[in-house]
Amino acid sequence: MVQPASELHGSADVAARIERRWGFAMLGIVSVLVAITIFMGLSTAMMPPSRVETIDPTTLHVSGEFAEANLGSVYEPDGSVTVHVIGQQYSFTPQCIVVPAETPVTFRVTSADVIHGMLVTGTNINAMVEPGFIATFKTSFDAPGDHLMPCHEFCGTGHEGMWANVRVVDKNAFTRLTSHARRATCDL
Amino acid sequence: MIYNKRLVLAHFWLAFAVFGAAILLGEWQMFIRSPLHGWLRNADLYYRSVTAHGTVMGYVFPTLVAMGFGYAFSELALRQPLIGTRWAWAGFYLIIVGTLGAAIPVGLGLDSVLYTFYPPMVGHASYYIGVVLVVVGSWIWVALMGVNLYAWKRAHRGAPVPLAMFATVAGAYLWAWTAVGAALELLFQLIPVALGWSSSINAGLARVLFSWTLHAIVYFWLMPAYIAFYTIVPRAIGGRLYSDTMARISFALFLVFAMPIGIHHLFADPQVGAGFKFLHSVFTAMVSVPTLLTVFTICASVEIASRLRGGKGAFGWVKALPWDNPQMLALALSFVMLGFGGAGGLINMSYQLNSTIHNTQWVTAHFHLIFAGAIVIMYFAIAYDLWPHLTGRAMGSLRLIRTQLWLWFIGMIVLTFPWHYAGLLGMPRRMAFYDYTAPGGDTEALTVIMSVVGGAILVVSAAIFLTVLWRNHRAPQIAPEPYTFSKPVHEPANLPWALNGLGLWVGLMIALTLTNYGFPIAQLMRLHEAQVPAVYVGGKP
Ligand SMILES: [Cu+2]
Repeated sequence: MVQPASELHGSADVAARIERRWGFAMLGIVSVLVAITIFMGLSTAMMPPSRVETIDPTTLHVSGEFAEANLGSVYEPDGSVTVHVIGQQYSFTPQCIVVPAETPVTFRVTSADVIHGMLVTGTNINAMVEPGFIATFKTSFDAPGDHLMPCHEFCGTGHEGMWANVRVVDKNAFTRLTSHARRATCDL
Repeated sequence: MIYNKRLVLAHFWLAFAVFGAAILLGEWQMFIRSPLHGWLRNADLYYRSVTAHGTVMGYVFPTLVAMGFGYAFSELALRQPLIGTRWAWAGFYLIIVGTLGAAIPVGLGLDSVLYTFYPPMVGHASYYIGVVLVVVGSWIWVALMGVNLYAWKRAHRGAPVPLAMFATVAGAYLWAWTAVGAALELLFQLIPVALGWSSSINAGLARVLFSWTLHAIVYFWLMPAYIAFYTIVPRAIGGRLYSDTMARISFALFLVFAMPIGIHHLFADPQVGAGFKFLHSVFTAMVSVPTLLTVFTICASVEIASRLRGGKGAFGWVKALPWDNPQMLALALSFVMLGFGGAGGLINMSYQLNSTIHNTQWVTAHFHLIFAGAIVIMYFAIAYDLWPHLTGRAMGSLRLIRTQLWLWFIGMIVLTFPWHYAGLLGMPRRMAFYDYTAPGGDTEALTVIMSVVGGAILVVSAAIFLTVLWRNHRAPQIAPEPYTFSKPVHEPANLPWALNGLGLWVGLMIALTLTNYGFPIAQLMRLHEAQVPAVYVGGKP
């Protein structure tokens, strides 16, 4: 605050100084938080879905990577696994996803109609599933186990019934599953 | 004094009436999705209710409170009757028409699209047009706040603008600009499709436009509460405002940083690149600064009040505070909820932590703590403070008022703490029913039952609040003391240009928004492949 020198008294100086100190302390804390975010982002490559990739939701089933025969999990030549999933009112396809533990997994997910969401409970897998766009994200599962995968975005009156399952199996079991079928799902 | 008492009372009463109705819907939603009953399994009724609860609590209630509060405070701070009273009434009636236009199709089940719209699901046009009318009505208020300040400044050249008005106008301008995002989405995307002029929509672009509104709207809700922190509470408890300058800096920073950060709501979205997500995360961290400044300044102001009353020692002064004063109590409870809610907010905005809780019940818990908790409890405090000046009648039992505030706090904690936990378990938000028989479902069932109890406490608190206000209209008449604002310890004699007007900050707000949103919006507009077929909910035109 600009005041003529004659009007400044000691207590105003003290008050302003304390305040300034608090201001800088708070800026410091916020800077540290931002620095942690930058460091984590660069060092562990923890990035949210990052590419803006489009796809026509009306022709998903006809051809291309989301045609029915391509849905589910498959080994890539480099030993990683790619999972293709479609969300639609009110289910995911495939309804049960099987993936190997301790293996890099890439999810490619899109919607055939409205906006859906997916999260895998007990993990930090979390993505919006939007018509017109492909959500891509990479992850890996530590240990075999079963997880629920609800749709977390309101997608119509049947929204609360939209759940899938993720079954994490050990690597050998997954290799056996994919040895006689190109794509693996745990749908029975 | 307040010259247009009827105008202010009309805004407040309509606000609190719709609030009373919407809180019942909220409690009903919690009951319906709890395991406490085995009947009434109609999901559509639930989503209609969420749409109505969210529309009223998100758009109608806080907007009316901010408007009524703004009209009262501009007259009190500027000591001049409101210029443009007729326009103010026109804005009020527009909001009524808009609310009815939106509520009727929602009630009929033609618009179960939730209050954040969710394209490519598209409801009846009347709902969207109703929301637009509510916004247009509030824009009249924005213009009137600017006009009144401008008239005062011309009549008082060089004089420092009263802090209460500086902050009120900051809130108005923030709202004007943040509403533009949703307005663009409604006018250029949703309404044309709802009217049948087009049958496809870019859902990804719609979400980006909505995020422009979605975050800063919370800061618009929050402005009256912060204005009360600075200009009502220290006076009401017999203290001084520690620093007038810091207050102005805080409001200016809200204007600049609250706006260009909404993409942090879209961290998990595929249509925004990682670069812009990162940028918005960094700016989101910055918006905690004005709140941290406020917490310091208000705690210092409260300490001054205590020391004036004889409070001693490094912490002993806390005991000497006037805890029986409702304003003191509301402030303290508000700060506790702001603390929990703010910590949750820092987690939400953290680029990596967010993926654990995105779109789970955790988020619902976070924003209820901030808005319904920290902010709405200050709306109550504002009403209690202004009411005797509006009705010219004595405020009744302070004990009842304290009970009401405590019940609101307890109810909010009982409601939201289990929600946080459910969110960590992975419970999605906005679901009519859960399968409590699924693995882990029994833990989740318990959290929902606790929230039903919390909601019931909130309903009781709201009922007491409405009763206290209603009773005041029949209380004995008094001549209230002239209304005053908190006096700063050091009265500003003259202010630097930047802190005596909002020009600089509005300019920064617009410039930062354009840099942070311009590219993603331009990029998405060019993606014609992203146009997807609309899915009509309710009646197709
Ligand atoms: Cu869904």
